[in-house]
Amino acid sequence: MSRLPDARRCQEWAEQMLSYARTAGADAAEVLVRDGSELEVKVRMGEPELVKDAGSRALGLRVLRDHRVAVTYTSDFAPAAMRQFARQSVELCELAEPDPLADLPEPHEMARDVPELDLWDETAPSLDAAQALRLAKQGEQAALQFDRRVTNSEGGICSRVMGATAFASSAGFSGGYRGTSLSLVVAPVCDDADGKKRNGYHWTASRFTSGLLDPEAVGQEAARRTLAKLGSRKIATCQVPAVFAPEAARALLGQLAGVVSGGAVWRKSSYLATREGTAIASALVTVVDDPLRPRAPGSRPFDGEGLAARPNVVVSQGVLRTFLCDVYSARKLGRRSTGSAGRGLGGGPHVSASNFVLLAGKTPPAELERLSEGLYVTDLMGFGFNPVTGDWSQGANGFWIDNGSRVHPVSEITISINFDDLWKSIDGVGNDLDTRGSVQSPTLRVSRITVAGT
Amino acid sequence: MSQAFRSADRLGPNPLAGIDAVVAEQLLGEALAAGGDYADLYFEFRCGADFVLEETQVRSVGRVLVVGLGVRVLRGDATGYAYTEELSAARMSEAARTAGQIAAAGGQVTPMALTLIQGSDTYPVPESSLDRPGPDKVALLRRADTAARAFDARIVRVEVSLSEEWREILVFTSDGRLAQDRQPMLRLGVHAVAEEAGRHQGGRSGTALRRGLELFALPGHAPEEHGREAARIAVAMLHAREAPAGPMEVVLGPGESGILLHEAVGHGLEADFNRKKTSNYTDQIGKPVASSLCTVIDDATVGHARGSINVDDEGNPGQRNLLIENGILRGYLQDRISARHFHSEATGNGRRESFRCQPLPRMTNTMLLGGQDDPEDIVRSVTRGVYAKHFSGGQVNISNGDFVFSLTESYLIEDGKLTAPLRGVNLIGNGPEVLRQVTMVGHDFRLSEGTWTCGKDGQSVPVGVGTPTVKIARITVGGTRTP
Repeated sequence: MSRLPDARRCQEWAEQMLSYARTAGADAAEVLVRDGSELEVKVRMGEPELVKDAGSRALGLRVLRDHRVAVTYTSDFAPAAMRQFARQSVELCELAEPDPLADLPEPHEMARDVPELDLWDETAPSLDAAQALRLAKQGEQAALQFDRRVTNSEGGICSRVMGATAFASSAGFSGGYRGTSLSLVVAPVCDDADGKKRNGYHWTASRFTSGLLDPEAVGQEAARRTLAKLGSRKIATCQVPAVFAPEAARALLGQLAGVVSGGAVWRKSSYLATREGTAIASALVTVVDDPLRPRAPGSRPFDGEGLAARPNVVVSQGVLRTFLCDVYSARKLGRRSTGSAGRGLGGGPHVSASNFVLLAGKTPPAELERLSEGLYVTDLMGFGFNPVTGDWSQGANGFWIDNGSRVHPVSEITISINFDDLWKSIDGVGNDLDTRGSVQSPTLRVSRITVAGT
Repeated sequence: MSQAFRSADRLGPNPLAGIDAVVAEQLLGEALAAGGDYADLYFEFRCGADFVLEETQVRSVGRVLVVGLGVRVLRGDATGYAYTEELSAARMSEAARTAGQIAAAGGQVTPMALTLIQGSDTYPVPESSLDRPGPDKVALLRRADTAARAFDARIVRVEVSLSEEWREILVFTSDGRLAQDRQPMLRLGVHAVAEEAGRHQGGRSGTALRRGLELFALPGHAPEEHGREAARIAVAMLHAREAPAGPMEVVLGPGESGILLHEAVGHGLEADFNRKKTSNYTDQIGKPVASSLCTVIDDATVGHARGSINVDDEGNPGQRNLLIENGILRGYLQDRISARHFHSEATGNGRRESFRCQPLPRMTNTMLLGGQDDPEDIVRSVTRGVYAKHFSGGQVNISNGDFVFSLTESYLIEDGKLTAPLRGVNLIGNGPEVLRQVTMVGHDFRLSEGTWTCGKDGQSVPVGVGTPTVKIARITVGGTRTP
């Protein structure tokens, strides 16, 4: 039942709702419409386990009256229902208190055009459930056949999302765009000698079918990663250098995105609140937020308030150059928006990174592992980050490095450091940028971290 | 039937009013037209509102209205799923046929006549909070805000949020079940930030129960109490010191520590992982998996609790299930697919986030029952360790039981007394191993009334957790200070 999302039609709905809101008495309004379809299939131990195929459409409205804001959400597009919804939304404004900073952006701030970012794959719609099942099955099979010690599987999952987004604002913008994204994940399971199960996974994702890795390659790599965990054990409590694989480093970078957000800054919820213009990381670290990269997962031609999307250098050689701001946080901080607003259907605009990228360095990752002893971190667990203080402590899995090589897998430990110290003590940045997600990092090495184990 | 579902005025006309047995039987027939063993329909109507107060101002009010139908067709262990937000005959029928594709060439069943499944109502509310005027709720936010600010001059920021939800569900199954439920949820949360000499700390407190606004008149539930509690934690943590690193004795405080149970044990007992033999509890029924002091239940019938459900999202009544009895594993949490696999009865744990999602075995309110020990004796028995009071959350690897929990308020225990507050503490361990390390269980069982939400396969559902005071003889504490 996958229907093709229609950005043009979404834009018409958005403009229609905008006019209903104005008629209902709103001083200003903005409307987000999303129309999309998802196909998700899962194969486990060679058999189809799930075929999910559905379309979905909804509308988010933000209305202002006398500087009072209401944010509402509906999935009913019948004209009478839309008109009633507009009226109810405007009435809700009465409950909020006037806040002039919450007004829509100034008309001169709005985007003038919608750049083409090559986010739509014309071949994606032709992928049907049978083909997706075949890809998932091939991926899983490659993992199961890779080694006899791969005894079980959490499955192969293939998914495709196609969506249209349209946005219309009474501040003077109306636009829309379409995008596709595809992914394949394979998650094998091995039995360890002590009876414990070891699981791992590997994934590929792209906006284009042609950008996906071969299912066999994904399955084989998933098996390799899982097998590498056999014999995993705790290590003694110690302080050592730590090398973060790109996937673990991505998690660190995602946490950094949270504390450079203007929203966290004016809320006094970031340890970086007073640090703009100062060194917050090692000089090896440069981070950009770039929404305009063609075909990239986090790209968007305009932001969640209808401002032109633009690249921002957030950290340049360790120095914090700017916080990322939407219009509200920018006004709170006495500055201009950086065009970094995200917008979900269920809530108002908020700061949201696009493609948040730590630029690759020059060092091959293998060189970063040349340590007399250290920890190689493959993934992190838990929620042990306090953005207010920078206290950081997370569960970790990985490998023990002895004399330059990974000697055994490690699990059931935590690693701790203050987040500020973590970024300042980065003494190596790999040349292996992982571009699969919207938060992208190469391998990173931290000179010293506390490991809690036995 | 539409009578039973008539909503109060402010909720507006009920979009499910036109859905009856005739419509359902027609759709079930279409879903099974291509074959398949079983089909079900899940109609959902959700109406919600939220209020945020920041810097003493109501910054935003929100409203959400969602209606949809999810159609599921099973053939063996395989699921076909489709959904629609538009309840027109054409769209519903399209969803039914799409879900039915999985069953092509499968068996042939005919839907049975529908019988109403009646669960008891464990969360009756006199009136949905959504029917109350908005200013009443704004007044609640202000009370919490004022109390937090008044608590201490070092409180520099307070954010209070209130969200309310009214969900109505209608489930029809091809094996003849018809179930309905109305599920209210009211949540209040306070976040306070304290500042002293350039140092900041945050504290949170909140409650979430299946109640109307009468919730805030109950003892211990006044908004002021959450305002003060959030402020108290923020101020207490200003002088927290670095936590030790390494294995030691840990005392889990009553209530919230149940999050440890949820992660360390609960997920591993969800039957889908055991059916697929990917859980560390696979094939362990009847075997010891915990210290004999541990009896663990999952109970969907606790009055007004956040995790309670009258019926699950597959139309089975919510119930109280024994999981571990004096250390022996007794049962799993089942959904339909897994119950069929294990030839067991449904346990009422088939839950889903919304009509967009297929049901999975999920927890409701997961609890470690109280024991014999005096909580003060438990703390007194520790020479050097950590007392865990508030948690922000946890995560588990279901395959091997490794877990990690993050503490937001904890104290060093020295010579049987709580001394310094600690910052940035994690607990890490392995589910079965930690439960074997339980050496004392207090008689002070408490169900946390906090705002717990459990995520699995991308689906979030509200849950409850509870424990008495518990002593764990050895668990790794992830601090920054090495011995």
